[in-house]
Amino acid sequence: MTTSTPDAPPLSAPTSDGRVRLAAEGLRLAYDDRVVVEGLDLTLTDGSFTAIVGPNGCGKSTLLRALGRLLRPAAGRVLLDGRAIQRTPTRDVARALGLLPQTPVAPAGLTVADLVARGRHPHQSWLRQWSAEDEAVVAEALSWTDMGDLADRPVDELSGGQRQRAWISMALAQGTDLILLDEPTTYLDLSHQIDVLELVARLHAERGRTVVVVLHDLNLAARYAQRLVAMRDGVLVASGTPHEVLTEQLLADVFDLEARVVPDPVAGSPMVVPVRRLRR
Amino acid sequence: MSVPSVTRAPAATPGTAAHAGRTVRTRRRVLGLLVLLLLVVAACAASIAIGSRPLGPGTAWTALTDRSLRTEEAVIVWDLRVPRTALGLMVGAALGVSGALIQGHTRNPLGDPGLLGVTAGASFAVVLAIVLLGVGTPAGYVWFAFAGALAGTVAVYVLGSAGRGGATPVTLALAGSALSALLFALVRTMLISDSDSLDAFRFWVVGALAGRGADVAWQVAPFIAAGLVLALLNAPALDLLGLGEDVARGLGQRIWLARLTGLGATTLLAGAATAACGPIAFVGLVAPHVVRAFTGPAHRWLVPCAGLLGAVLLLTADVLGRVVARPGELQVGIVLALVGCPFFVALVRRRRTATL
Ligand SMILES: Nc1ncnc2c1ncn2[C@@H]1O[C@H](COP(=O)(O)OP(=O)(O)OP(=O)(O)O)[C@@H](O)[C@H]1O
Ligand SMILES: [Mg+2]
Repeated sequence: MTTSTPDAPPLSAPTSDGRVRLAAEGLRLAYDDRVVVEGLDLTLTDGSFTAIVGPNGCGKSTLLRALGRLLRPAAGRVLLDGRAIQRTPTRDVARALGLLPQTPVAPAGLTVADLVARGRHPHQSWLRQWSAEDEAVVAEALSWTDMGDLADRPVDELSGGQRQRAWISMALAQGTDLILLDEPTTYLDLSHQIDVLELVARLHAERGRTVVVVLHDLNLAARYAQRLVAMRDGVLVASGTPHEVLTEQLLADVFDLEARVVPDPVAGSPMVVPVRRLRR
Repeated sequence: MSVPSVTRAPAATPGTAAHAGRTVRTRRRVLGLLVLLLLVVAACAASIAIGSRPLGPGTAWTALTDRSLRTEEAVIVWDLRVPRTALGLMVGAALGVSGALIQGHTRNPLGDPGLLGVTAGASFAVVLAIVLLGVGTPAGYVWFAFAGALAGTVAVYVLGSAGRGGATPVTLALAGSALSALLFALVRTMLISDSDSLDAFRFWVVGALAGRGADVAWQVAPFIAAGLVLALLNAPALDLLGLGEDVARGLGQRIWLARLTGLGATTLLAGAATAACGPIAFVGLVAPHVVRAFTGPAHRWLVPCAGLLGAVLLLTADVLGRVVARPGELQVGIVLALVGCPFFVALVRRRRTATL
């Protein structure tokens, strides 16, 4: 995927009026009796770009699933545009919010074009079948991720990075202006990680999409996201700009890591240089 | 909802390539559908013309079209062959479609009506009807078989949903296997202790179209019709469920509704088919795999095409059974097992079986 867009329009800052799109209030999430996330409050404003970071198993995916109405909270609630998401019909949620799970699997033989086309499902009904508009949106989603040439290839025969882009295309075709991505950069080499994050950043900058991404690479998270949310053991530990959140103290608290934080020589964002693992 | 507008003119419009690819795929699917329709017509014709008493195409046609005729041929055609063909058509389609649904819902390439306890439930109920109530005709035990199939599926679903994760493909398959093993053991116990019932049951369990009159066809027709409608309604949801439950729900699909529709459709279809003809293997398993070669994983095409191929397979096997053992005949269930098994092995060897 090339990230140069010679004929792209000048970047316009997303027009954000600070309206809250998605909010979690006193969220407790549990699988059966095992509480995984406790007392979590979070607000996501219109046009924001948030990265969620935290160690393995701290509840990031669980939180994302609750935000996308895939998991019913044991206590507390999620508000989508001010309305309790559990009381919003499935299809209305699907038109407002797109969620890409951590490791989605496509059935054998499904082509990229057909996968992306399925992203249009929330906009179809028995009365309104496949339309020219759907066709255009799918074509555009494919071109955004540079998957046009691979459109007729089966998804299960693609490389990990191509597969990831195919799924992102599907999320784009869903046409929601709220997008939640769970670790979209796993399995990708560094340059493809950059590719995917550039793509997400462009969605945010050029389209004004509200984006939430779970990321493990702290340096990339700090460079691309406007806001970081750090979690540990199901609790929200810190939230703010990368400069506010990525401190040496926080790295010790959240990741048990002794590290130096220096300015990224390219972007100026905070950059983590690990020293050693701290034993608790 | 804001629809993204095209903000930059892509140098090479990739949409055109995707569009062209889709056209090619659609053409292949339409072609496959047409071939299947032709095969269905041919199989029906063969089923009416061929039998222990062969009728020429001309004779069969006159007997079919001129209802005032009271010749022996006309009686054979209208009283025996037409009901039998109609039943084969319905049951074959029901088995093919229910196989496609079960494979789609469980995401298990080995899915067939036997997997979800339908066959075991029906067999158990038929044995009960024969042993305890002395019911002796197909038209009589259709209802028992049907009730048993329904009870079997519901039991499997309840058992499969009991765990903490709810009904998943794996728990459903496990519950189905466990319940089937139990019920078949009970069936055998009852048959061993009562040899008189064995003959009646043996005829049912081998799977046959012979000996089922128009009354049986009329009994199961409404259920199969309802099942087919539900199955077609369920097809788009299966496309989404194939991407995993989280993605499906994220795309606006109500999971419970899709599962319930699928469960209703498979119970109606497989239950009615098993009730009418006994447990018939292979059709439900093979038909979806074969048509998947040209439909791909698109259930809007896969489900109806699997139904058509199921009808072709069942009718062809039935005709074959009448030909090979003249003047007697081989039951369709046996022919299908004999021919279907090597065929399926060949299919698996030829191309990678689709992981669902
Ligand atoms: N379906 C499930 N059933 C039971 N427990 C689960 C389930 N999914 C996750 N968990 C548990 O919940 C906790 C949080 O899991 P989660 O997937 O949210 O972590 P995560 O932060 O996304 O981790 P990773 O970085 O490895 O993706 C873990 O302890 C995990 O074992
Ligand atoms: Mg995770």
